[in-house]
Amino acid sequence: MNITELREHLCEVYPDLCPLFSIEFGDGVLVVDCDRLFSAASNLKDLGFDRLGMVTAVDRPTHLELVYRLHSRSMSAAIFLKCTVDRESPVAHSLVDLWPAALWQEREVYDMFGIVFEAHPDLRRILLPEEWEGYPLRKDYSDRRVIRRPDYI
Amino acid sequence: MALVDRLGTALDTGQGGGIILTSVDALANWSRGKSLWAMPMGTACCAMELIAASFNKFDFDRHGTFPRPDPRHTDVMVVAGTITRKMAPAVKRLYEQMADPKWVIAMGNCAVSGGIFYYDTYSVVRGVDEFLPVDVYIAGCPPRPESLQDAVLRLRERIATESISPDRRREGVLTLPLSGDISFGVRPGGDTPDGGDDR
Amino acid sequence: MGLTVESRECIETPEGGVVEELVVNIGPSHPSTHGVCRVIAHLDGEIVTRAEPVIGYLHRGIEKMAENRTYLQVVPLTDRLDYVGSMYANWAYCRAVERLAGIRVPERAEYLRVVVCELQRIASHMMSIGSAAADSGAATMFIYAFDQRERIIELFEALCGARLTYNYVRPGGVSFDLPDGWTETALDFCRTHREALNEMDRLYFGNVITRGRLKGVGVLSADDAVAWGASGPVARGSGVNWDLRKHDTYSVYPRFDFDVPTGSNGDCYDRTRVRLYECYESCRIVEQALAQMEPGPIRTSGMPRLLAPRPGDAYDHIESARGSLGVYLVSDGSVRPYRMKVRSPAFCNLALLPMLAEGHMLSDLVVILGSLDPVFGEVDR
Repeated sequence: MNITELREHLCEVYPDLCPLFSIEFGDGVLVVDCDRLFSAASNLKDLGFDRLGMVTAVDRPTHLELVYRLHSRSMSAAIFLKCTVDRESPVAHSLVDLWPAALWQEREVYDMFGIVFEAHPDLRRILLPEEWEGYPLRKDYSDRRVIRRPDYI
Repeated sequence: MALVDRLGTALDTGQGGGIILTSVDALANWSRGKSLWAMPMGTACCAMELIAASFNKFDFDRHGTFPRPDPRHTDVMVVAGTITRKMAPAVKRLYEQMADPKWVIAMGNCAVSGGIFYYDTYSVVRGVDEFLPVDVYIAGCPPRPESLQDAVLRLRERIATESISPDRRREGVLTLPLSGDISFGVRPGGDTPDGGDDR
Repeated sequence: MGLTVESRECIETPEGGVVEELVVNIGPSHPSTHGVCRVIAHLDGEIVTRAEPVIGYLHRGIEKMAENRTYLQVVPLTDRLDYVGSMYANWAYCRAVERLAGIRVPERAEYLRVVVCELQRIASHMMSIGSAAADSGAATMFIYAFDQRERIIELFEALCGARLTYNYVRPGGVSFDLPDGWTETALDFCRTHREALNEMDRLYFGNVITRGRLKGVGVLSADDAVAWGASGPVARGSGVNWDLRKHDTYSVYPRFDFDVPTGSNGDCYDRTRVRLYECYESCRIVEQALAQMEPGPIRTSGMPRLLAPRPGDAYDHIESARGSLGVYLVSDGSVRPYRMKVRSPAFCNLALLPMLAEGHMLSDLVVILGSLDPVFGEVDR
């Protein structure tokens, strides 16, 4: 299924999600409010997106952006699901109930960005030690042990 | 000169034959240097070359070095790979569990200085010598298995100069050249410089 | 720090009896954890009641480092992700950059990428099967498999000068064309490799002890494999017919005739044997690719040294030896990536360990971990 067919199919089944859909670099992107993240994700799961491929976040200048990438084997299609999270109080609803694949990946996002996932059964740091301070992949992370690379370009 | 080379003369000059006269240091260094069992502290890419060095093509065993992943049984710790802040306490504890005398080989740029992970990273220890006394450094990312074998031979040379008396212990650190310099002889289908079979 | 007993506790069961729970720590430096994994196993006698993997002992912050390097300078970092199969991360990253910057790759370069990645798949699977076999006590198999792996590494060394960290696939093409005589050596390898695979199949998978150790251990159902995001041989061992080369095809893969081997039981035996059968298919692809390849440029001409793609984000993925390896790149229009994320298949597959190990013997835990084939450079990044 190509991207325009996916858009038509999505608009047909879930008209309320249709205006949130856009196309970027050949991939479908669905940007939702964080309150609606879980319901939008379960809608997409009902639509046939049975695999959760990737969970990550991006530290934008004004906010944190949570990015999920979903795959569908039956439709052979993929879609990005994005939502905006506040930098100061980053909270989102966990998708572990829909896809257990989110269990470790959301832990990693918590570890690197400090986004707290509600209803996550085991939200701890995963890659860094438990006593680590700060969230390294945030742009404002500072660590006196880091040596900045000189500019060679 | 190693003890074995002097063995013939020692037997001849000894009273009544069968008695070997040598220094305690020479005996100790001979026995220590000829069967260096390695503790493979392989964490990352270099661990692949560590495995390759001990397997069929490169055959580490012919130098008397045998990887034995048990600190109590080993003489030399080969730190092969990046050491992170989370891993460093485990490496240190394993080193402390090894019985004296013990040596450390830092294999690869990460273990030498952090290598490619020197800049911009928040979690890498820049060189294993921040917390372990390193005897031989091997440069390369990763070094070739021949470099590791060369490192063991160099370590033997170093051990031959050591003494059991603390006053006579010599200090010094050996650094190997870049792996490219010493691996010239080896090409697919060619001969290895050490006279071993290519395969 | 190998295998230590952490605690002994007496737990009262609901029936009123008393069970002694033993907590055993395995790793982070243990020969059978395939790197620097640590598993905290809760045991009842010899049965694992709960196994908790602790990862991150090789977390080097590659994603953070990429934010302070130009697009081309990130390529050597991707070598160090999956160090058993460096070509894959090179390729996945380059595909993401090419998608972001709109670079077209010459056809010969695409063929060269396919050839090296299929050879890399064999090299990686040889390491995986060999070390998984050594974990279950079959050390001979490791030596047979490593012999094959060394032959591929010699081919790569002749091609690009490095044994492990190749830095071969670059944005816009590859770094070197094939040297003289390489094609013949590679075809000769494919021919003899099939014989070696037949021998390994008889030696290891036909062995009654192997069957006893691996069959029925760590069974993963197809539904669980999909829900947990498993990919690669781990998912295909459970009968999930999902291979990006076939089902979300990329590069020149549609031009080749090959099959996707799948298992049926989802146990350790099927997962490991799927890897062996994939090696046959990789040989077929290499032979077809070398036959179809035509002379031509291996790099896009006129590519700037400093790429500055327009703002946006792009994701691309390839089928690595461990599953679908994806790279997500965010550009803010500058010469450096704003954010790079590696979707690591080994990370997702390793998350299955607690579920698979529960109820099995402690010695099976090691076999299950080996059949998941984690590479910790990629798990921890």
